[in-house]
Amino acid sequence: MTNLLLFPILLPFFFAMILMLFPKKILAQRILALFALGSTLIASVTLLIKVKTDGIQAITLGSWPAPFGISMVSDMLSILLVLSSTVIAIFVVWYSFSSIGKERESFFYYPGILFMLTGVNGAFTTGDIFNMFVFFEVLLMSSYLLIVLGGEKVQLRESIKYILVNIISSALFVVTVAYLYSVVGTLNMADISVKITQIDQPGIITVIAVLFLLVFGLKGAIFPLFFWLPSSYAAPPIPVLALFGALLTKVGVYAIMRTYTLFFTLDQSFTHELLMILSILTIVAGCIGALAYFDVKKIIIYNIIIAVGVILFGASQMNEAALMGSVFYLIHDILIKGALFMLIGVIIAITGTSDLRKMGGLIKSYPMLGWTYLIAAFGLAGIPPLSGFVGKLLIIQGGFEAENLWGSIFILASSLVVLLSVMRIFIYAFWGEPIEITPLSKRHYRGLFTPALILVGISVLYGVGSEWLVPYMSDAANVMLNPSQYIQAVLGGA
Amino acid sequence: MKTNDVILQTTTNLVFFIIILFSIHIFFAGHYAPGGGFVGGLLTASGIVLLLLAYDIKTVTTALPINYTVMTAIGLLIALGTAAGSIIFDVPFFTHAFDYFDLPLLGKQSLHTAMLFDTGVYLVVVGVTMTIIQSIGDDD
Repeated sequence: MTNLLLFPILLPFFFAMILMLFPKKILAQRILALFALGSTLIASVTLLIKVKTDGIQAITLGSWPAPFGISMVSDMLSILLVLSSTVIAIFVVWYSFSSIGKERESFFYYPGILFMLTGVNGAFTTGDIFNMFVFFEVLLMSSYLLIVLGGEKVQLRESIKYILVNIISSALFVVTVAYLYSVVGTLNMADISVKITQIDQPGIITVIAVLFLLVFGLKGAIFPLFFWLPSSYAAPPIPVLALFGALLTKVGVYAIMRTYTLFFTLDQSFTHELLMILSILTIVAGCIGALAYFDVKKIIIYNIIIAVGVILFGASQMNEAALMGSVFYLIHDILIKGALFMLIGVIIAITGTSDLRKMGGLIKSYPMLGWTYLIAAFGLAGIPPLSGFVGKLLIIQGGFEAENLWGSIFILASSLVVLLSVMRIFIYAFWGEPIEITPLSKRHYRGLFTPALILVGISVLYGVGSEWLVPYMSDAANVMLNPSQYIQAVLGGA
Repeated sequence: MKTNDVILQTTTNLVFFIIILFSIHIFFAGHYAPGGGFVGGLLTASGIVLLLLAYDIKTVTTALPINYTVMTAIGLLIALGTAAGSIIFDVPFFTHAFDYFDLPLLGKQSLHTAMLFDTGVYLVVVGVTMTIIQSIGDDD
């Protein structure tokens, strides 16, 4: 099958169209949405095995020769991300059954999620910079729908900010691609990588590198450009928030990692230094936010920003340990953020508030929820057997190898802040005097809690079985370190 | 208050068909001349908008009983289906095929699967434009 690597993009796309035909039949919508995601999962696993055995998969659409058509490339990094976003989407859809409500479900909620997954998977798989822009728009358009769906006052207000920021950053993306195109004269990413080394104009390329950092930094929320994220993400309902928190910023992070390892490797002392400084500032900003709030949503949202900083710090080191750590941490963060948002969704559903000071004593009535949350919190902070540990360890090791002592110390210190911020939720919500709560019906509670529990279980397995995952991660890091493999897979022997 | 707009309505009845014919012409011209699915779709939609201006929404939905959301979905399905045909033949996605045929009346013409893709685009453009205009117009 030459087209195998397109299936994780085409399947959700196809089923989203089918779901558009009968928006009011909620049961059929649910079943088909799960079926679509299940088949996408099977396709991604098949593709993962294929990439592992046969190396990088590349295809140029329309049977055109490589730099002239749109190339789609699936290397280890992209297929791992495609797989984990599909997993998250499955759990979010499952969680939505008992939390999103009939009104939203009958207004194109599931098609919205499937279209968004199309965009996310496409952005991870594409090998063409303008096509990446198009897939960014696909996922952003669907996220506009998901953020405003329901039409509550706060959603309307925040969606205006969200759309405004993203339209500006998209326009900037087009301008940046235009600059790049005028310099190198090609849009195929492998071909751009070759041309950049040939034309020998380091000055303008560095400018374009910084512009790309600006564009993807706006999407991925790095230091001075994260201002829109906290309030926008707090607006939509919990399953949408889980989907956004787990996936959307990661697409920006992936794009930075891809462009900074494939294109802009000439003037690393400037571009990667800048990336490193910004990522450390991102961590600091995120830490301040995570400690400042008593709102559970806001605390986890600022933890997204910290994670973006940690991953990008790893990506800026450009050695094998740090890049491998970044991939490890990226996937860990997708899983654990999804799980944490779902868990605090359960807490909010039980207590009816997102204010920590109004909670307390939940451990008596919901012990299982408490301990699951504790494990997820330890996983996020990176306590050894759990999922956050290996990634952060490798990133710090890479940081020391590259002799960025202070940066690595910042990462270590940030782990403590992360732990403190999520433990505050545990202490306030689960310990102390029990407050008056109206208990959820058993069925409703189970519908909310089971997907979150299984997702935490997966993240624990991810941490415990990391030894077993190392070959995959090192493949992913290798492609980033040696772009020649990528170029060869797309352009052939050239 | 309803003014007498018999001139507008009579002109519309005539002009509507000219616009539709022109949009079909533009749509089929796409491969060799400026035009294609997008402009063709917009022109068709503008024809329907002219109907909406001359009459009211109810009259137009009775005359053209189309669910434009379904139309959009079908257009997307046609476009994807055309591109996905290549999966059956195990060639890269989006590979098109064409051949020459002797058609009655028109003579020797080339038929290209890109036409089918353009049909999908056409339906999506008409569907989306009309969905936007109708849902804004319907709001009271």
